[in-house]
Amino acid sequence: MKAGSSGDGGIGRAGVPLIDGIDKVTGRARYTADLEHADALVGRIFRSPVSHGEIIRLDVSKARALEGVVSVVTGDDCPYTYGVLPVAMNEYPLARERVRYRGEPVAALAAVDAETAERALKLIEFEVRELPAYYTSGEARAPGATLLHDNKPGNLEREVHNEFGDLRQQFAAADLVREETIRCAEVNHAQIEPHAALADYDPLTGHLTVQSVSQVIYYLHLMLARCLEIDASRIRVVKPFVGGGFGARVEVLNFEIITALLARAAGGKVMMQLTREETFLTHRARPQTDIRLKLGMRRDGRITACECEVVQRGGAYAGYGIVTILYAGSLLQGIYDIPAIKYDGYRVYANLPPCGAMRGHGSVDTRHAFECLLDRMARELKLDPFAVRRANLLHAPTRTLNDLMVNSYGLGECLDRVERASRWTERIGRLPRGKGLGMACSHYVSGAAKPIHWTGEPHAVVNLRLDFDGGITALTGAADIGQGSSTMVAITVAETLGISLERVRVIAADSAITPKDNGSYSSRVTFMVGNAAIDAARGLKALLVAAAARKLEASPDDVECVGEVFQVGGGGQSNLPFAEVVKAALAERGPITVSGTFTCPPEAQGGKHRGGAVGSTMGFSYAAQVVEVTVDEATGAISVDKVWAALDCGHAINPLAVEGQIEGSVWMGMGQALTEETRYAGGLPVHASLLEYRVPTSAESPPIEVQIVESRDPYGPFGAKEASEGALAGFPPALINAIANAIGIDMSELPATADRVMEALVERRRRKRLDDARRAAS
Amino acid sequence: MESSRSAKRLLKVLVNGRWREDAVAENQLLVDYLRDVARLTGTKIGCDGGECGACTVLLDGQAVPACITLAVRCEGRSVETIEGLVAHGRPSRLQQAFHEKLGTQCGFCTPGMIMAAEALLRRNPKPSDHDIRVALSGNLCRCTGYVKIIESVRTAAEMAS
Repeated sequence: MKAGSSGDGGIGRAGVPLIDGIDKVTGRARYTADLEHADALVGRIFRSPVSHGEIIRLDVSKARALEGVVSVVTGDDCPYTYGVLPVAMNEYPLARERVRYRGEPVAALAAVDAETAERALKLIEFEVRELPAYYTSGEARAPGATLLHDNKPGNLEREVHNEFGDLRQQFAAADLVREETIRCAEVNHAQIEPHAALADYDPLTGHLTVQSVSQVIYYLHLMLARCLEIDASRIRVVKPFVGGGFGARVEVLNFEIITALLARAAGGKVMMQLTREETFLTHRARPQTDIRLKLGMRRDGRITACECEVVQRGGAYAGYGIVTILYAGSLLQGIYDIPAIKYDGYRVYANLPPCGAMRGHGSVDTRHAFECLLDRMARELKLDPFAVRRANLLHAPTRTLNDLMVNSYGLGECLDRVERASRWTERIGRLPRGKGLGMACSHYVSGAAKPIHWTGEPHAVVNLRLDFDGGITALTGAADIGQGSSTMVAITVAETLGISLERVRVIAADSAITPKDNGSYSSRVTFMVGNAAIDAARGLKALLVAAAARKLEASPDDVECVGEVFQVGGGGQSNLPFAEVVKAALAERGPITVSGTFTCPPEAQGGKHRGGAVGSTMGFSYAAQVVEVTVDEATGAISVDKVWAALDCGHAINPLAVEGQIEGSVWMGMGQALTEETRYAGGLPVHASLLEYRVPTSAESPPIEVQIVESRDPYGPFGAKEASEGALAGFPPALINAIANAIGIDMSELPATADRVMEALVERRRRKRLDDARRAAS
Repeated sequence: MESSRSAKRLLKVLVNGRWREDAVAENQLLVDYLRDVARLTGTKIGCDGGECGACTVLLDGQAVPACITLAVRCEGRSVETIEGLVAHGRPSRLQQAFHEKLGTQCGFCTPGMIMAAEALLRRNPKPSDHDIRVALSGNLCRCTGYVKIIESVRTAAEMAS
């Protein structure tokens, strides 16, 4: 059997629109809140009004007695913790005994309408004995601080310490050693769709159906079974259209389990729609992070050693915290060749909403610090920022000190492309005052090579169905959350089979129909699910080719499928249309289902040191970007005039979608760099609306010129790697480096809001006046 | 139950070219009327009131956020939603352009974004990129960085001319 007709995953090299795009632009697409629910009860959550306290009394009897209230649940209704990491499930869907952050769910109720539900919430009586609350890592770690979790001394969820290479010797070999302290604010995903879930429980059969905004329906399925003590076979989880994820919905979220608890208690259907404020409270995003970074560099720009301490304020519960603090260290590697690296990470509990995974999980803030310091040292050594990066490139294939595989590496080309596109060499240092250029690099994994749940199963499975109608249905558990994963599956299947895209239909993320998938996180779907889809399509193709060969009385080796026609010897001798071949194949065995799988081999799964699996992947994406800014020295306001970004995604299966992902991730990095920041006053989120939490609007967003670099990964589907996360982390440092270029000030805090820039400008003027005065006096 | 107690009024309103008459509470928001009564769920709720633009519809041709507009304010007037742009099962130029140029990713902001763009193109058929950026600045998108949204609107405008 010959390989696919083109088989390079490039249907129309300009790319194809999303297969569900028409549904989205016409308003037909149904998101969770759009599902038919006229007959459903309305769910509402009662939340803790204090940051930290022991629950003395929770009385829901008056709420329960109100006419129209059908079910009420509290912590007593669920004695099981939930979470994703088996070792770190320390959170109940509804608080038991203690509340640890303001806004933590305490009780919930379902009523016949919203007004009744809201009235009932006010009848809930709640008394707590307040405990000391901590809103910074420093306060929480101070000696004698009250512990949020009794088994976690020092309020430390996890400490990570590792060292690779000879640090002392390598620092000694450096010509320049510098250290910086960088602070990054907590940010939030702010996906435009607020959280929602619709749960339906049938008391006669004991069956539960939950439709929710999940990125990983498999995790939700597991946690519903655990928390409700329902056999998993009686649960169905379905993902409707989802209005963005960015990591917010990777973890199972409290309201999803609460909605199911309410539905079971009510013996019916409950719709839970969280407000925007509650969506912010649910959080699970990027933590406030303090970074102390020390680098050694030789005169030629070669990095000799890196020492990095990271403190993350993780919020009140574990969530993904262990993974985040491990990523922050492990992804110091995999991008440059660094002979010695020491990492110390501290994940701290505080009385704030729990943090979690967010686009660029764990890597963004440390990458920011690294790329800023790299630039500052380059400046001191009078080296060009591009030259410094080029002095430290890796050469694939290689393994990093912490045993991560680097199988393809297009960073050098990314650098060349943005340097040229931005006309860096001609323009750097020649821009008028107040204007600046900055650059930075970044990378990210194409899927965590070791799944969180080690079940021994393949890491991805795709099933293909072929029936009498000649349509091919691809079944995948991977959640399309707008990134275009279902479209990617359709393309890989169509390309492998040599058929038109319109013949492929994708059904995704319905546990009753689709094979289990580890879900849409760590940019794993294109790499793993794409490979599984190709594997399935190859299996189906073999069956079709065999059937065609029998009809054509030829050897299967001589049959190929081009443009939906099976032919022998280039079609000169004889050929069969697709429909005929389907008929022949089905005549033998009836409707066909073929399964394809993909598994990352053990050697891809990271080092043997504790936590060594985090950061491991089959393929890293690489990105470089240049940012051009204008700084208004009278107001401190920064405008981003233009961005040039290049990303090595191995191969763009759908270039249109790849561009969209690169633009979106660069821009999300811009939000974090310029304006986005959560703020709490005594634990009360004062940012919890889209007016207070400043996401950039179209008016302040720059043109982004994208370059796709294709290094052809040896293991990726058609050579592809991830494209959705890798470019994010480069923006904040490129911006800070551009500000330094424009006004000569090195900002040490994110976001670089106008008031922070102004403060730095005022401080510089003050210092200059003092210096002038001193000089005049002496 | 508050809503049933609050006074209701017969609302006559032209929705996507068809007159409707419904009894609505005086405090009912247009977005709830459209989603729950008219079952036009293309109009989205993305925030707690006037923050994100996902609920943008046209009221007598002007883009308004339906989440801070009372249904009764629309008496005798024309309301157009994303569903109304489709004619004979065919998407409008803007809808087609948003689809082809990937002006939509997750799609949640898309209906509001397209309605805001529709209002712009009706009053200014040949907008500059700056005009587009300003006109859409009340509509937040978290996926695209707006690059392909601007391109979609520009493409639709070019298709028209």
